[in-house]
Amino acid sequence: MSFVVSASQTTKVPVATSPKRHFGDVAFKYTTTIFAGFVLLLVLLMGFEMYMQAKPTIEKFGWSFLTRTVWDPVQEEYGALPFVFGTLFSSLIALVIALPLSIGIAIFLSEMAPRWLEPPLSFLIELLAGIPSIVYGLWGIFVLVPWIRISLEPLLSRHLDFIPLFRGAPYGYGMLAAGLILSIMVLPIVTSISRDVLKAIPQTQREASLALGATKWESVKLILGDAKSGIFGAVLLGLGRAIGETMAVTMVIGNTPSISISLFDPGYTMASVLANEFTEATTAMYLSALIEIAFLLFGITIIINMLARLLVWSVTKK
Amino acid sequence: MQTELLEQPNTPTILPIETLQVMPMIKMSARNVDAFFGKAQVLHNISLDVPANKVLAIIGPSGCGKSTLVRCLNRMHEVAGGTMAGLVLLDDRDIYKEDAVRIRKRIGMVFQKPNPFPTMSIFDNVAVGLKLNGLATRRNIGEVVERSLKQAALWDEVKDALNKSGVSLSGGQQQRLCIARTLAVSPEVILMDEPASALDPIATAKIEELIHDLKKKYTIVIVTHNMQQAARVSDLTAFLYMGKLIEYDETKKIFTNPSIKQTEDYITGRFG
Ligand SMILES: Nc1ncnc2c1ncn2[C@@H]1O[C@H](COP(=O)(O)OP(=O)(O)OP(=O)(O)O)[C@@H](O)[C@H]1O
Ligand SMILES: [Mg+2]
Repeated sequence: MSFVVSASQTTKVPVATSPKRHFGDVAFKYTTTIFAGFVLLLVLLMGFEMYMQAKPTIEKFGWSFLTRTVWDPVQEEYGALPFVFGTLFSSLIALVIALPLSIGIAIFLSEMAPRWLEPPLSFLIELLAGIPSIVYGLWGIFVLVPWIRISLEPLLSRHLDFIPLFRGAPYGYGMLAAGLILSIMVLPIVTSISRDVLKAIPQTQREASLALGATKWESVKLILGDAKSGIFGAVLLGLGRAIGETMAVTMVIGNTPSISISLFDPGYTMASVLANEFTEATTAMYLSALIEIAFLLFGITIIINMLARLLVWSVTKK
Repeated sequence: MQTELLEQPNTPTILPIETLQVMPMIKMSARNVDAFFGKAQVLHNISLDVPANKVLAIIGPSGCGKSTLVRCLNRMHEVAGGTMAGLVLLDDRDIYKEDAVRIRKRIGMVFQKPNPFPTMSIFDNVAVGLKLNGLATRRNIGEVVERSLKQAALWDEVKDALNKSGVSLSGGQQQRLCIARTLAVSPEVILMDEPASALDPIATAKIEELIHDLKKKYTIVIVTHNMQQAARVSDLTAFLYMGKLIEYDETKKIFTNPSIKQTEDYITGRFG
């Protein structure tokens, strides 16, 4: 018992010696906490609201909504699989193209580039991120799609048609166009975050490897080893960007709810179907199906972005 | 090569050879080294010899160029964007005429702050240099890691936890891990830039003991702020002040009977 008393006495000491708390600090702390809580509340409310609005289809189709491939508003039959597939497939193509490029550029910027060259080059790359997606979309329709139809697809199918990815008629509009345009759009975010992650690795790590007799390339490999979880986070952030991207993709992907492994075939993404069909959704079920897709998209992007941020923090915070 | 150099004008025979009992073999020498960061000159015409299997301590007030000098000795100065003039010889050959990567394999370096690779295990931290240098075969790698950790007096503390992360160790253990990492690639010279400045007295004593053992096999250059440490571990001491080499002599002489007033003032704590 006496032990407990003495323990509570010792815990009192730091309180007594701690600096006086100012009213302003306390008020500041609570108002900022309230604002932060408000953001969280907003997200939860949005999720809840979408869930409520999507109830009719959630109740009618249950989990099968995710695996059904029909999308027939006339018959009131809805399934999200073609859109989920289209979203994931186009994003994956984008990452496969953008990843080596982004990481290569990031390595160049943080490890190789002379000091005077890095800021203007970084600025140019970040400029890409600022271009509105409608502009990318228009460029896609007038430049990218014709080039794909006339040059790229015939070339690929001539030389690589033993791979199922590169079979089919060259439309121009389709997964390949969507993937390419998305890759340009995710490039800046993956590049700049990877560069930040690499730059956050202390100089002493580079010196440690060089002093052991590492070549420049070996030293970069060791740095990449230190940075890999952060770079993975950058990739996930890029993925989040690609998954949510609407306008540019809608303009070039062909908007056909089909599932095909060929890059030449048109597809449809979750974001595109929302943008295209929201105004036509006249029946309650139709609207509910679209909102359920929105709910899915919302969930996927939140999860991916949270994971990504955690990974990036784990590297840059130290 | 050596005589040729000695014949050059303005090249003083820096090492007080007559004070050493045996004619030493010179492992490394700096000859008229100037070092710069951009336009700022940090080292002025430094010449000194480092005899084989001896410990050379470099002392001097903060900012006088101690780190820069040791970094000139293994071509790390250029990594930080600095430039230099003059000669640095390893076994009488100019290291600036050879491949920097190969030179750094022969001249290891231990830094002020322990810098193990954070994502690697203890084992990999020691093995990494072998893998880099292509010295590794599956069979010998375990042996070398064990031997290096033993030499660095860390083996007993980590032998059951070789798979744990290198950064899970205490600061002193991390520094010994970095020493083991340096020893694993069998350098000829080891440069230590304030290797114990971040450590407590017990860990410091361990490192000093280690330096004593290591000089049987290696030539060591150590930068230190701690006079007692310099006196305890080194055979020779160089006093640097504002980028100039003020005095270079046997440690005993420097600490008991320095020939230059500035050295005496510094050692007795009157400035710096
Ligand atoms: N990367 C750098 N760029 C420009 N100047 C530098 C750089 N590093 C060091 N200097 C300058 O070079 C001089 C010598 O620095 P150095 O680090 O060699 O000193 P030091 O003797 O090791 O000091 P300390 O005991 O504090 O470690 C200092 O005046 C410092 O300002
Ligand atoms: Mg220093």
